[in-house]
Amino acid sequence: MNALIFTPSGIYCPAGDFYIDPWRAVPRALITHGHADHARLGMEAYLATDIAGPVIRYRLGNIALEEICYGETRQIGGAKVSFHPAGHVLGSAQIRVEVMGEVWVVSGDYKIIDDGLSTPFETVRCHHFITESTFGLPVFHWPNQNDVSHQINDWWSHCAKNNKTAFLGCYSLGKAQRLLTMLDPSIGPILTHTAIDNTNQVIREQGIKLPKTFIANASVDPKNFSGAIVLAPPSAIGSNWSRRYGAQETALASGWMTLRGVRRRHATDRGFVISDHADWPGLLEAIKNTGAENVYVTHGYSNIFAQHLSNLGWNAKVLQTEFGTEIEKETS
Amino acid sequence: MKRFATLFKALDESTKTTVKIDALVHYFKEAPEQDRLWIIAIFSGRRPKRAVTTGQLRAWAAEVAGIPLWLFEESYPIVGDLAETIALVLPPPDTETDHSLTYWIELLRELPQEEDTRKQAVLNAWNGLNLTQRFLFNKLITGGFRVGVSQKLMTRALAIVTEREESEMAHRLMGAWSPTTITWRDLIEVENSTASASKPFPFCLSHALDTKINCLGSTSDWQAEWKWDGIRGQLIVRDSELYIWSRGEELVTHIFPELVSIHNFIPQGTVMDGELLAWGEAGPKNFNTLQKRLGRRTVSKKLLQEAPVIFYAYDLLEWQSEDIRHKPLNIRRKMLEQLFKNPISGAPIKLSPTVEFDTWASLAKVQATARAEKAEGLMLKRKDGPYLAGRKKGNWWKWKLDPLTIDAVMIYAKSGHGRRANLFTDLTFAVWSGNDLVPFTKAYSGLTDAEFRKITSWVKKNTLERFGPVRSVSPHFVFEIAFEGIQASKRHKSGIALRFPRIARWRHDKSPHEANSLTDLKQILENFI
Repeated sequence: MNALIFTPSGIYCPAGDFYIDPWRAVPRALITHGHADHARLGMEAYLATDIAGPVIRYRLGNIALEEICYGETRQIGGAKVSFHPAGHVLGSAQIRVEVMGEVWVVSGDYKIIDDGLSTPFETVRCHHFITESTFGLPVFHWPNQNDVSHQINDWWSHCAKNNKTAFLGCYSLGKAQRLLTMLDPSIGPILTHTAIDNTNQVIREQGIKLPKTFIANASVDPKNFSGAIVLAPPSAIGSNWSRRYGAQETALASGWMTLRGVRRRHATDRGFVISDHADWPGLLEAIKNTGAENVYVTHGYSNIFAQHLSNLGWNAKVLQTEFGTEIEKETS
Repeated sequence: MKRFATLFKALDESTKTTVKIDALVHYFKEAPEQDRLWIIAIFSGRRPKRAVTTGQLRAWAAEVAGIPLWLFEESYPIVGDLAETIALVLPPPDTETDHSLTYWIELLRELPQEEDTRKQAVLNAWNGLNLTQRFLFNKLITGGFRVGVSQKLMTRALAIVTEREESEMAHRLMGAWSPTTITWRDLIEVENSTASASKPFPFCLSHALDTKINCLGSTSDWQAEWKWDGIRGQLIVRDSELYIWSRGEELVTHIFPELVSIHNFIPQGTVMDGELLAWGEAGPKNFNTLQKRLGRRTVSKKLLQEAPVIFYAYDLLEWQSEDIRHKPLNIRRKMLEQLFKNPISGAPIKLSPTVEFDTWASLAKVQATARAEKAEGLMLKRKDGPYLAGRKKGNWWKWKLDPLTIDAVMIYAKSGHGRRANLFTDLTFAVWSGNDLVPFTKAYSGLTDAEFRKITSWVKKNTLERFGPVRSVSPHFVFEIAFEGIQASKRHKSGIALRFPRIARWRHDKSPHEANSLTDLKQILENFI
């Protein structure tokens, strides 16, 4: 019997009778991180890291959520379980499950570069590794984060000089906070859309330092914030909400901005390549370092990526899940 | 290359015309002469001869990137652009060079024959260029710069730089010239440039009629003509030579050898606008007959007999070596008719007649009979209008027949290129033949981005089989397909081929079994001929 099996409700551990990031209602769910396709409503009991906990509670409301620290071991039935940093967003975890000496790791979403905010990715040795493949194609190579910071700040300065408001589209959980730490507050005021501000509040209450921001709600007078940058979910850009700010330039921050076609389709003025997922070399390195012989490839370019791993000698399979890839979320 | 990369980024990043023009103006003021000429050439589709095959490029790129070729091939349709895919898979450069645009073009033009040396030259180039520069270098090889710079935008920028009229600039850029043999001064600046004999005028293009016909005002202000379904052409007789240009600014004289004799009948210094049409005893033939003549290096005797072509003239642009485009249409038309007054027997050139009418209502009745005349509809031209350069609204309207339509089921989907990469936009449609669905056409356009996104997410969840980049999907969605013409075809499984198929609308109200049948299509084919 395998330590983990794949069921219509999600990834299941028979020995411990729990699911990991299930997409249907189940009695017990272990959650890698707070994004909506991994942390869903309807589970009777949740387990997540203490760092991810507050945001999951904020998003899912009054749920039975128990918290666990990185590296802490817990026995659940016949399974030994621990959570390890995945480097994806604040508090995101890879979940290690050991049953009778067989070790599985569910990595959720991950990136291996240090973004300066999330606890950096940690290699966990295992026999079976379940990996995402959002950017599992050899065309994805992330530029250095410092270089991207410069690009964004240069663009913001350029907008400020031309009396335009800079609108930067990004997800409210993860990307927004990471970008906040990359901005140079000496250029001008930083505003955030309500959805981002709400998440920021939760994170600040956890004692995590973020630069000073102003909430960009209806009571704000844009005239008081000349030279500002506004962080907002991509869907809010170009809406009635953003039009109040008058002359503006728009940009998106996403790994998909690598592709000129996607950039042009979104028709924003700029696209910055920055992602909370692993790029092609990142995925390969992470998989190699686990020492796993068996690799299960989930959401993303799973067929192509699994084929490549097979050719390189791994026992690799495609695993159908209901985890979304960014591009679907972004373009829907 | 850095300057070119900066220009490209400015053009590519902005959707605003003013920003693009500023970037071009800046470039034309700063860049060295030879680079400026190349920019004009490249953005008007005159790329240097392809130096390396795309097959070689793919293989070399995969090799340098250390990935198997199949993985490169899988990545290409997702990126949607070959030059970009190559630029993205390559490892970062070891050095950063800064050579001019002309340097790289010359390098490509002078690549040695021997494959290993060619390869080494390309690999060296890649290793000295950053991501954007690499992409541009690859584009110089593969061609097809789509950066939202129309010819119009470029002529406007040049007009600003040189403080001249846009229409003059447009004319200067037409025709056969090469950056390797012309100077900036000769192309752009010289007064009364003794334009080379072959140089065509910019075509006057029409807009589709977007108002009610009687909103055009008095009928006496307008000239009506049939809108022919051939190839728009400009016929030039200068210096005892004949030149024929297509609307795509291609010199097509060699494709139509039977027209060469025209220069014996038409005086020197004459330029006409008209239509190239396959001609039979009963008059014009359909486009399909003409299509057989295209895309061939040489024309066989048999084909010349089967599908002889004539030039159907409808406007006069130059007469006795004088540019008369500023004269009103009714004057130009009179001069043109004068030219045809004495029948030119035996010459493969005829005068396209005007359609006489009194009221808009009577003209509408005539318009409805266009198909019987082998025409697509009518053209309406203001009698007092000059011959304008490019697509200007108000003087020329095309009034086409409503397209033919059929309801069909989507059965295959393939992702698009460029800005449609990652979206399933290349769709194949089928009609019923008994209990089978027979594919009969592809269509790429007619839906909004939002609709294509819906289709894309549906296709991902409803894929039956994958054949490389193509996916077969369960027959579920019905679309109304519009088309301009229909032909019997032996090359197609369905036995028919459509002209200009596109998606007219998404028939959410219909289930697959309510789609049309192959019998319905064949009925349309019968009525069409």
